[in-house]
Amino acid sequence: MTDNPTRDRWRKNLNVEITVRRTSSGLPVLPLATPEDLAGAYEDNLGNPGEFPYTRGPYPTMYLSRPWTMRQYAGFGTPEETNIRYKYLMEHGGTGLSVAFDLPSQIGLDSDDPMAEDEVGRVGVAIDSLEDMETVFKDIDLSKVSTSFTINATAAIMLAMYIAVGEKQAVPPQKLRGTIQNDMLKEFVARGTWIFPPRPSLRLIADSIIYCSEHLPRFNPISIAGAHFRDAGATAMQEIAFTLADAVEYVQSVLERGIKIDEFAPRLSFFFYTYTDIFEEAAKYRAARRMWARLVKERWDAQDEKSMAFRFGVVCGGASLCAPEPMNNIVRVAYQVLASALGGAQSVFSCAYDEAYALPTAETTRLALRTQQVCAEEAGLTNTVDPLGGSWFLESLTDAMEEQAGKTMDKIAELGGMVPCIEKGIVQKWIAEEAYQTELKLHRGEKVWVGVNKYRTEDGSDRLIVHHHDRNKASDKISKLKKLRKERSTERVRKSLDALKQACEGDENLMPYVLEAVKAYATVGEINSVMKEVFGEFKEPVFI
Amino acid sequence: MKQGGPSRILIAKPGLDGHDRGAKVIARYLRDAGFEVIYMGLRQTPEKIAATADQEDVDVVGLSILSGAHLPLTEKVKKELCSRGLEVKLMVGGTIPRSEVEELKAAGADAVFSTGTDLDEILEYVKNLLS
Repeated sequence: MTDNPTRDRWRKNLNVEITVRRTSSGLPVLPLATPEDLAGAYEDNLGNPGEFPYTRGPYPTMYLSRPWTMRQYAGFGTPEETNIRYKYLMEHGGTGLSVAFDLPSQIGLDSDDPMAEDEVGRVGVAIDSLEDMETVFKDIDLSKVSTSFTINATAAIMLAMYIAVGEKQAVPPQKLRGTIQNDMLKEFVARGTWIFPPRPSLRLIADSIIYCSEHLPRFNPISIAGAHFRDAGATAMQEIAFTLADAVEYVQSVLERGIKIDEFAPRLSFFFYTYTDIFEEAAKYRAARRMWARLVKERWDAQDEKSMAFRFGVVCGGASLCAPEPMNNIVRVAYQVLASALGGAQSVFSCAYDEAYALPTAETTRLALRTQQVCAEEAGLTNTVDPLGGSWFLESLTDAMEEQAGKTMDKIAELGGMVPCIEKGIVQKWIAEEAYQTELKLHRGEKVWVGVNKYRTEDGSDRLIVHHHDRNKASDKISKLKKLRKERSTERVRKSLDALKQACEGDENLMPYVLEAVKAYATVGEINSVMKEVFGEFKEPVFI
Repeated sequence: MKQGGPSRILIAKPGLDGHDRGAKVIARYLRDAGFEVIYMGLRQTPEKIAATADQEDVDVVGLSILSGAHLPLTEKVKKELCSRGLEVKLMVGGTIPRSEVEELKAAGADAVFSTGTDLDEILEYVKNLLS
């Protein structure tokens, strides 16, 4: 850490020894920041909001125009139950929808697949066919709402279903707003909803990015996510590095198809976890914006400013929330929402305090939404743009964050990029190592988790009334699926699946074929099986 | 339990849940404490878990489940272990509501460790079992 005369003077006059502390992810923290710590010229390093390098925000007015989108991740059980929850969230002021799918839907299994038993409707809504997607959005006008889908391996199928629901509501694709996560590379490392190996996965992602650039100009075809790396154990610096390194792979795979950077980069979006270290998180987002802007401009020679403006959503909670004394999580999430707003997030999902036990209930998810509303409407966070900009401390932390993340990106590039790093399990090992070290620190009390490894009491969490999963609903879902299979045109399904298979073997864009299969009411499992026959399946590198 | 050599522990992720942070951390901690630990990776079926427990002659099986499907999955793994006549101890960790701990034990779990459990609590449990 470089020192400076002002800090030296302060330190000299102290009669105590100050040890250098570290952020939650281990970055050294200046005990006192001074004007000398502000590096670089304003125009080069920060710029106004909405101006290169976008450190202060992707838009000129940020929350002055409107607060971040409050988007609560929701979905469980049947499409009918999920539809009711969405209407509930919108009635309470939620401003965007976010679909949680169950695991079978995420990895391409129908509800009646033997592997899907016990998992139907557990962690999200069960979607087998277009019929289910129609039910999820029943009486919700797709021209008025933006919808985010946490979906990856089957993202092309779910996107096609959304387009088809739009058509039924007479909303053309050009008017659809929303995001599909569609980021497979991180699934191989964390979260684990993979189906195909990395390379065919990249093709399918490029297909959907290209299709959206041509037909869905207001839709984000990918949300490149660092969140899951972080929740699996990565540091904040690694979170940025792995995310941007994944983004490099996605951009390259689209460029290789002859599409120009400015035709698709403006619709690339990102997704992160915000934990409780407020300054680290705010610095992380500011650093990520600057790194992306420079990368897009310098490496791919983008001309359109929109290609360089880094837009991201966040989730607050995850592994930072704990089971003992669960009400403490309410406080954590409030600070995380604050940090996300200070970092300039475009959308925020705040976890409910009971999520270390189960899916949230309607009541706890409303409290999580209220937490955001208090931040946005009472705490003064939306009255000015980038309130921490120019802070000697925060700017120096932003620089340190950028430097560390940059080093990790260089290392990945030396190893041949993210795809080989994932195939060989390198990134997985780095993350597992961080997760292990974090756990040891918690165990030794070197890292404090209030109510868990310090100040712990018997907590009363047994009084919590948590979300109850109704197992009977799974059999209803299966009966409905069987009925659909009888009623639809078998001929149309077969034809559409044959055409899709043929397209998979060639190099055409697969989206129109997936769309046709979806409209024929082919199921997620059927579409996936056809693709798997051609693409094969990912083999997980297993290690301790 | 076999004689001689370190005790063997199988850590598995049954079902479709892909969250393996906890499973890997526990596996490594137990290995560093001197046990022989086998980690199977994601998406394991109850049949495969029991077959591996059998082949590898393990003393303890640890399941990690964060998808909410802990009750039916534990029940199935227990059944498979029993059908092979294996008298191994079964521990279950993950996102488990307190109100379901007793039910989970009735379904076959000998011990339940929810999130926020200290590493040594698990280590002590395993040591006591095998001493």
